Amino acid sequence: MKIIGLIVAILVGALLIYAAEDFPAWSDPASPASTYLSPHFIEKTMEETSVPNIVTAVLADYRGFDTMFETTVIFSAGMAVFLLLRTFRREEPEARHYRHVLTGVTLRVKEGGELPPSDDFERIDSLWTPHDLIIKTVCRLLIPFIQLFALYVIAHGHHSPGGGFQGGVILGASIILLAISQDLRTAVKRMAEKLDALLCAVGVLIYAGTGALCLLLGLNFLDYSALASVLHVDPITARSHGILIVEIGVGIAVMATIIWIYNNVSSKGKYEQGL
Amino acid sequence: MVWPIDLAVLTLVVITSIGALMVKDLLGAAILFGAYSFMMCLLWTVMGAVDVAFTEASVGAGASTVFFVAAVFRTSRRTKD
Repeated sequence: MKIIGLIVAILVGALLIYAAEDFPAWSDPASPASTYLSPHFIEKTMEETSVPNIVTAVLADYRGFDTMFETTVIFSAGMAVFLLLRTFRREEPEARHYRHVLTGVTLRVKEGGELPPSDDFERIDSLWTPHDLIIKTVCRLLIPFIQLFALYVIAHGHHSPGGGFQGGVILGASIILLAISQDLRTAVKRMAEKLDALLCAVGVLIYAGTGALCLLLGLNFLDYSALASVLHVDPITARSHGILIVEIGVGIAVMATIIWIYNNVSSKGKYEQGL
Repeated sequence: MVWPIDLAVLTLVVITSIGALMVKDLLGAAILFGAYSFMMCLLWTVMGAVDVAFTEASVGAGASTVFFVAAVFRTSRRTKD
Protein backbone atom coordinates (compact mmCIF):
# COMPACT_ATOMS: atom_id res chain seq x y z
CA MET A 1 0.00 0.00 0.00
CA LYS A 2 2.81 2.36 0.91
CA ILE A 3 4.61 1.64 -2.37
CA ILE A 4 1.44 2.27 -4.40
CA GLY A 5 1.00 5.59 -2.61
CA LEU A 6 4.61 6.51 -3.31
CA ILE A 7 4.22 5.67 -7.02
CA VAL A 8 1.01 7.73 -7.26
CA ALA A 9 2.64 10.67 -5.49
CA ILE A 10 5.69 10.57 -7.77
CA LEU A 11 3.51 10.31 -10.90
CA VAL A 12 1.29 13.23 -9.86
CA GLY A 13 4.37 15.25 -8.90
CA ALA A 14 5.97 14.57 -12.30
CA LEU A 15 2.72 15.56 -14.03
CA LEU A 16 2.57 18.82 -12.08
CA ILE A 17 6.21 19.65 -12.86
CA TYR A 18 5.54 18.86 -16.52
CA ALA A 19 2.45 21.10 -16.49
CA ALA A 20 4.32 23.91 -14.72
CA GLU A 21 6.42 24.31 -17.88
CA ASP A 22 3.39 25.94 -19.52
CA PHE A 23 3.04 28.62 -16.85
CA PRO A 24 4.15 32.11 -17.82
CA ALA A 25 7.56 32.94 -16.41
CA TRP A 26 7.83 34.59 -13.00
CA SER A 27 7.02 38.35 -13.32
CA ASP A 28 6.47 38.00 -17.06
CA PRO A 29 4.80 41.23 -18.27
CA ALA A 30 3.15 39.40 -21.18
CA SER A 31 1.32 36.83 -19.00
CA PRO A 32 -2.51 37.01 -19.14
CA ALA A 33 -2.89 38.29 -15.59
CA SER A 34 -0.33 41.05 -16.14
CA THR A 35 -1.83 42.39 -19.37
CA TYR A 36 -5.02 43.95 -18.04
CA LEU A 37 -5.85 42.86 -14.45
CA SER A 38 -2.70 43.79 -12.53
CA PRO A 39 -2.22 47.16 -14.30
CA HIS A 40 -5.81 48.07 -13.41
CA PHE A 41 -5.27 47.31 -9.71
CA ILE A 42 -1.86 48.97 -9.63
CA GLU A 43 -3.02 52.16 -11.36
CA LYS A 44 -6.61 52.53 -10.15
CA THR A 45 -6.66 51.20 -6.56
CA MET A 46 -5.51 54.45 -5.00
CA GLU A 47 -8.02 56.64 -6.84
CA GLU A 48 -10.92 54.17 -6.53
CA THR A 49 -10.57 53.16 -2.87
CA SER A 50 -7.88 55.47 -1.40
CA VAL A 51 -6.11 52.43 0.08
CA PRO A 52 -2.32 52.43 -0.47
CA ASN A 53 -1.91 48.68 0.18
CA ILE A 54 -3.24 47.09 -3.00
CA VAL A 55 -3.37 43.61 -1.44
CA THR A 56 -5.80 44.78 1.24
CA ALA A 57 -7.98 46.55 -1.33
CA VAL A 58 -8.12 43.47 -3.57
CA LEU A 59 -8.75 41.12 -0.64
CA ALA A 60 -11.51 43.05 1.11
CA ASP A 61 -13.03 45.15 -1.67
CA TYR A 62 -12.52 43.90 -5.23
CA ARG A 63 -12.60 40.25 -4.10
CA GLY A 64 -14.71 40.84 -1.01
CA PHE A 65 -17.09 37.98 -1.71
CA ASP A 66 -14.21 35.49 -1.67
CA THR A 67 -12.91 36.78 1.65
CA MET A 68 -16.40 36.64 3.16
CA PHE A 69 -16.62 32.93 2.48
CA GLU A 70 -13.05 32.42 3.73
CA THR A 71 -14.28 33.86 7.02
CA THR A 72 -17.24 31.50 6.87
CA VAL A 73 -14.83 28.59 6.34
CA ILE A 74 -12.94 29.63 9.50
CA PHE A 75 -16.26 29.80 11.38
CA SER A 76 -17.23 26.34 10.08
CA ALA A 77 -13.86 24.94 11.21
CA GLY A 78 -14.48 26.22 14.72
CA MET A 79 -18.01 24.77 14.71
CA ALA A 80 -16.75 21.42 13.40
CA VAL A 81 -14.08 21.10 16.10
CA PHE A 82 -16.67 22.06 18.73
CA LEU A 83 -19.24 19.52 17.49
CA LEU A 84 -16.65 16.73 17.19
CA LEU A 85 -14.76 17.17 20.45
CA ARG A 86 -16.89 18.92 23.05
CA THR A 87 -18.27 16.64 25.72
CA PHE A 88 -20.76 17.92 28.23
CA ARG A 89 -20.70 14.92 30.55
CA ARG A 90 -19.03 16.21 33.65
CA GLU A 91 -16.43 13.72 34.81
CA GLU A 92 -14.58 14.83 37.86
CA PRO A 93 -10.98 13.62 37.85
CA GLU A 94 -10.18 11.17 40.66
CA ALA A 95 -7.77 13.51 42.35
CA ARG A 96 -7.39 17.27 42.28
CA HIS A 97 -4.12 19.02 42.85
CA TYR A 98 -3.68 22.26 44.74
CA ARG A 99 -0.62 24.37 45.30
CA HIS A 100 -0.08 26.52 48.33
CA VAL A 101 0.79 29.87 46.75
CA LEU A 102 3.18 31.12 49.42
CA THR A 103 5.26 27.99 49.99
CA GLY A 104 4.82 26.07 46.74
CA VAL A 105 3.74 22.92 48.57
CA THR A 106 1.54 20.76 46.33
CA LEU A 107 -1.45 18.92 47.83
CA ARG A 108 -3.24 15.99 46.25
CA VAL A 109 -6.91 15.84 47.24
CA LYS A 110 -8.48 12.43 46.70
CA GLU A 111 -11.92 11.88 45.21
CA GLY A 112 -14.54 13.17 47.59
CA GLY A 113 -11.90 14.81 49.74
CA GLU A 114 -12.38 18.11 51.49
CA LEU A 115 -11.12 21.23 49.79
CA PRO A 116 -8.57 23.27 51.68
CA PRO A 117 -10.48 25.93 53.59
CA SER A 118 -8.11 28.77 52.69
CA ASP A 119 -7.71 31.16 49.76
CA ASP A 120 -3.98 30.52 49.66
CA PHE A 121 -4.42 27.41 47.52
CA GLU A 122 -4.68 27.49 43.73
CA ARG A 123 -5.90 24.60 41.61
CA ILE A 124 -3.25 23.16 39.26
CA ASP A 125 -3.30 20.59 36.45
CA SER A 126 -2.59 17.02 37.52
CA LEU A 127 -0.93 15.90 34.29
CA TRP A 128 1.96 18.27 34.09
CA THR A 129 2.47 20.97 36.62
CA PRO A 130 5.37 23.24 35.90
CA HIS A 131 5.61 26.18 38.23
CA ASP A 132 7.91 28.77 36.78
CA LEU A 133 7.68 32.31 38.06
CA ILE A 134 9.80 33.69 35.20
CA ILE A 135 7.61 32.21 32.44
CA LYS A 136 4.40 33.34 34.13
CA THR A 137 5.63 36.87 34.76
CA VAL A 138 7.21 37.38 31.33
CA CYS A 139 4.09 36.09 29.56
CA ARG A 140 1.86 38.28 31.70
CA LEU A 141 4.01 41.29 30.80
CA LEU A 142 4.17 40.41 27.09
CA ILE A 143 0.49 39.65 26.42
CA PRO A 144 -0.76 43.29 26.48
CA PHE A 145 1.93 44.29 23.98
CA ILE A 146 1.11 41.34 21.73
CA GLN A 147 -2.55 42.37 21.78
CA LEU A 148 -1.64 45.99 21.07
CA PHE A 149 0.44 44.85 18.09
CA ALA A 150 -2.49 42.75 16.86
CA LEU A 151 -4.80 45.76 16.99
CA TYR A 152 -2.19 47.76 15.11
CA VAL A 153 -1.98 45.05 12.44
CA ILE A 154 -5.77 45.09 11.99
CA ALA A 155 -6.09 48.88 11.97
CA HIS A 156 -3.00 49.54 9.85
CA GLY A 157 -3.78 46.97 7.16
CA HIS A 158 -4.61 49.78 4.75
CA HIS A 159 -1.05 51.06 4.75
CA SER A 160 1.22 48.12 5.60
CA PRO A 161 1.12 44.32 5.32
CA GLY A 162 -1.50 42.88 7.63
CA GLY A 163 -5.22 42.95 8.10
CA GLY A 164 -8.00 41.07 9.79
CA PHE A 165 -6.66 37.54 9.39
CA GLN A 166 -3.16 38.20 10.69
CA GLY A 167 -4.31 40.51 13.46
CA GLY A 168 -7.01 38.06 14.53
CA VAL A 169 -4.54 35.19 14.69
CA ILE A 170 -2.12 37.25 16.79
CA LEU A 171 -4.97 38.27 19.15
CA GLY A 172 -6.00 34.64 19.50
CA ALA A 173 -2.38 33.56 20.00
CA SER A 174 -2.04 35.99 22.92
CA ILE A 175 -4.90 34.22 24.73
CA ILE A 176 -3.39 30.83 23.82
CA LEU A 177 -0.09 32.05 25.31
CA LEU A 178 -2.02 32.82 28.50
CA ALA A 179 -3.50 29.31 28.45
CA ILE A 180 -0.05 27.73 27.96
CA SER A 181 1.89 29.85 30.43
CA GLN A 182 -0.75 29.80 33.21
CA ASP A 183 -3.38 27.11 32.65
CA LEU A 184 -6.51 26.60 30.58
CA ARG A 185 -8.87 27.63 33.38
CA THR A 186 -7.26 31.08 33.63
CA ALA A 187 -7.68 31.62 29.89
CA VAL A 188 -11.28 30.38 29.90
CA LYS A 189 -12.01 32.71 32.80
CA ARG A 190 -10.86 35.63 30.62
CA MET A 191 -12.47 34.37 27.43
CA ALA A 192 -15.48 32.19 28.24
CA GLU A 193 -16.68 29.50 25.85
CA LYS A 194 -20.00 31.22 25.21
CA LEU A 195 -18.19 34.45 24.36
CA ASP A 196 -15.95 32.54 21.95
CA ALA A 197 -18.89 31.02 20.11
CA LEU A 198 -20.73 34.34 20.07
CA LEU A 199 -17.77 36.35 18.74
CA CYS A 200 -17.15 33.70 16.10
CA ALA A 201 -20.61 34.28 14.67
CA VAL A 202 -20.55 38.05 15.29
CA GLY A 203 -17.44 38.43 13.12
CA VAL A 204 -19.08 36.72 10.17
CA LEU A 205 -22.26 38.72 10.84
CA ILE A 206 -20.34 42.02 10.72
CA TYR A 207 -18.89 41.06 7.33
CA ALA A 208 -22.12 39.79 5.79
CA GLY A 209 -24.12 42.55 7.48
CA THR A 210 -21.93 45.22 5.89
CA GLY A 211 -22.57 43.61 2.52
CA ALA A 212 -26.30 43.42 3.17
CA LEU A 213 -26.32 47.06 4.29
CA CYS A 214 -24.79 48.07 0.95
CA LEU A 215 -27.54 46.06 -0.72
CA LEU A 216 -30.23 47.85 1.33
CA LEU A 217 -28.73 51.25 0.46
CA GLY A 218 -29.26 50.58 -3.20
CA LEU A 219 -25.94 49.29 -4.55
CA ASN A 220 -24.42 45.85 -5.08
CA PHE A 221 -23.64 43.41 -2.26
CA LEU A 222 -20.32 44.47 -0.61
CA ASP A 223 -20.04 47.66 -2.70
CA TYR A 224 -18.89 49.86 0.16
CA SER A 225 -19.39 53.15 -1.70
CA ALA A 226 -23.05 52.76 -0.70
CA LEU A 227 -21.97 53.45 2.90
CA ALA A 228 -21.14 57.06 1.97
CA SER A 229 -24.58 58.29 3.00
CA VAL A 230 -24.38 56.50 6.36
CA LEU A 231 -20.80 57.52 7.20
CA HIS A 232 -21.17 61.08 5.79
CA VAL A 233 -18.06 60.85 3.61
CA ASP A 234 -17.48 60.72 -0.13
CA PRO A 235 -17.88 57.32 -1.84
CA ILE A 236 -14.10 56.75 -2.22
CA THR A 237 -13.39 57.25 1.49
CA ALA A 238 -16.47 55.14 2.22
CA ARG A 239 -14.82 52.22 0.40
CA SER A 240 -11.72 52.65 2.58
CA HIS A 241 -13.85 52.71 5.75
CA GLY A 242 -15.90 49.76 4.55
CA ILE A 243 -12.69 47.73 4.20
CA LEU A 244 -11.77 48.61 7.80
CA ILE A 245 -15.21 47.54 9.12
CA VAL A 246 -14.94 44.25 7.27
CA GLU A 247 -11.38 43.65 8.49
CA ILE A 248 -12.56 44.16 12.08
CA GLY A 249 -15.25 41.51 11.48
CA VAL A 250 -12.66 39.10 10.08
CA GLY A 251 -10.34 39.79 13.02
CA ILE A 252 -13.05 39.07 15.60
CA ALA A 253 -14.11 35.84 13.88
CA VAL A 254 -10.55 34.55 13.45
CA MET A 255 -9.53 35.41 17.02
CA ALA A 256 -12.53 33.65 18.55
CA THR A 257 -12.14 30.60 16.31
CA ILE A 258 -8.43 30.18 17.08
CA ILE A 259 -9.11 30.27 20.83
CA TRP A 260 -12.14 28.02 20.51
CA ILE A 261 -10.26 25.37 18.52
CA TYR A 262 -7.30 25.48 20.90
CA ASN A 263 -9.52 25.10 23.99
CA ASN A 264 -11.35 22.13 22.51
CA VAL A 265 -8.28 20.34 21.15
CA SER A 266 -6.00 20.86 24.14
CA SER A 267 -8.59 19.78 26.72
CA LYS A 268 -10.21 16.97 24.66
CA GLY A 269 -13.43 18.98 24.78
CA LYS A 270 -13.71 18.86 28.57
CA TYR A 271 -12.39 22.34 29.41
CA GLU A 272 -10.94 20.79 32.54
CA GLN A 273 -7.19 20.68 31.97
CA GLY A 274 -5.22 22.18 29.15
CA LEU A 275 -1.83 21.60 27.64
CA MET B 1 16.19 38.17 -5.71
CA VAL B 2 19.38 37.11 -3.92
CA TRP B 3 19.89 33.63 -5.30
CA PRO B 4 22.18 32.08 -2.60
CA ILE B 5 19.60 32.92 0.12
CA ASP B 6 16.82 31.67 -2.13
CA LEU B 7 18.64 28.40 -2.80
CA ALA B 8 19.44 27.86 0.90
CA VAL B 9 15.83 28.50 1.94
CA LEU B 10 14.48 26.29 -0.83
CA THR B 11 16.81 23.44 0.23
CA LEU B 12 15.59 23.82 3.82
CA VAL B 13 11.96 23.74 2.62
CA VAL B 14 12.59 20.42 0.86
CA ILE B 15 14.52 18.97 3.82
CA THR B 16 11.92 19.98 6.43
CA SER B 17 8.99 18.77 4.33
CA ILE B 18 10.56 15.34 3.74
CA GLY B 19 11.61 15.23 7.39
CA ALA B 20 8.07 16.01 8.58
CA LEU B 21 6.81 13.05 6.52
CA MET B 22 9.54 10.62 7.52
CA VAL B 23 9.93 11.27 11.25
CA LYS B 24 8.28 8.68 13.53
CA ASP B 25 7.84 11.07 16.44
CA LEU B 26 4.68 13.09 15.75
CA LEU B 27 5.76 15.93 18.04
CA GLY B 28 8.96 16.22 16.02
CA ALA B 29 6.90 16.17 12.83
CA ALA B 30 4.77 19.04 14.17
CA ILE B 31 7.87 21.10 14.97
CA LEU B 32 9.37 20.31 11.55
CA PHE B 33 6.11 21.41 9.95
CA GLY B 34 6.37 24.70 11.84
CA ALA B 35 9.94 25.12 10.54
CA TYR B 36 8.67 24.33 7.03
CA SER B 37 6.00 27.04 7.38
CA PHE B 38 8.58 29.54 8.51
CA MET B 39 10.85 28.72 5.56
CA MET B 40 7.89 29.16 3.20
CA CYS B 41 7.30 32.52 4.89
CA LEU B 42 10.91 33.53 4.14
CA LEU B 43 10.51 32.36 0.55
CA TRP B 44 7.43 34.53 0.09
CA THR B 45 9.19 37.51 1.62
CA VAL B 46 12.04 37.05 -0.87
CA MET B 47 9.48 36.95 -3.70
CA GLY B 48 7.91 40.19 -2.47
CA ALA B 49 4.54 38.79 -1.29
CA VAL B 50 4.77 40.32 2.18
CA ASP B 51 1.08 39.95 3.04
CA VAL B 52 1.13 36.22 2.28
CA ALA B 53 4.38 35.85 4.23
CA PHE B 54 2.80 37.58 7.24
CA THR B 55 -0.20 35.25 7.11
CA GLU B 56 2.07 32.21 6.81
CA ALA B 57 4.18 33.35 9.76
CA SER B 58 1.17 33.90 12.02
CA VAL B 59 -1.13 31.06 10.91
CA GLY B 60 1.29 28.41 9.61
CA ALA B 61 4.23 28.78 11.92
CA GLY B 62 2.28 30.05 14.93
CA ALA B 63 -1.28 28.85 15.36
CA SER B 64 -1.24 25.55 13.46
CA THR B 65 1.93 24.36 15.25
CA VAL B 66 0.18 24.97 18.57
CA PHE B 67 -2.85 23.01 17.31
CA PHE B 68 -0.63 20.12 16.19
CA VAL B 69 1.23 20.04 19.51
CA ALA B 70 -2.08 20.09 21.41
CA ALA B 71 -3.46 17.27 19.24
CA VAL B 72 -0.29 15.16 19.68
CA PHE B 73 -0.41 15.79 23.42
CA ARG B 74 -3.99 14.52 23.59
CA THR B 75 -3.47 11.48 21.32
CA SER B 76 -0.41 9.27 20.89
CA ARG B 77 3.05 10.56 20.28
CA ARG B 78 4.33 7.84 17.98
CA THR B 79 2.94 7.05 14.54
CA LYS B 80 1.79 3.53 13.72
CA ASP B 81 3.15 3.29 10.17
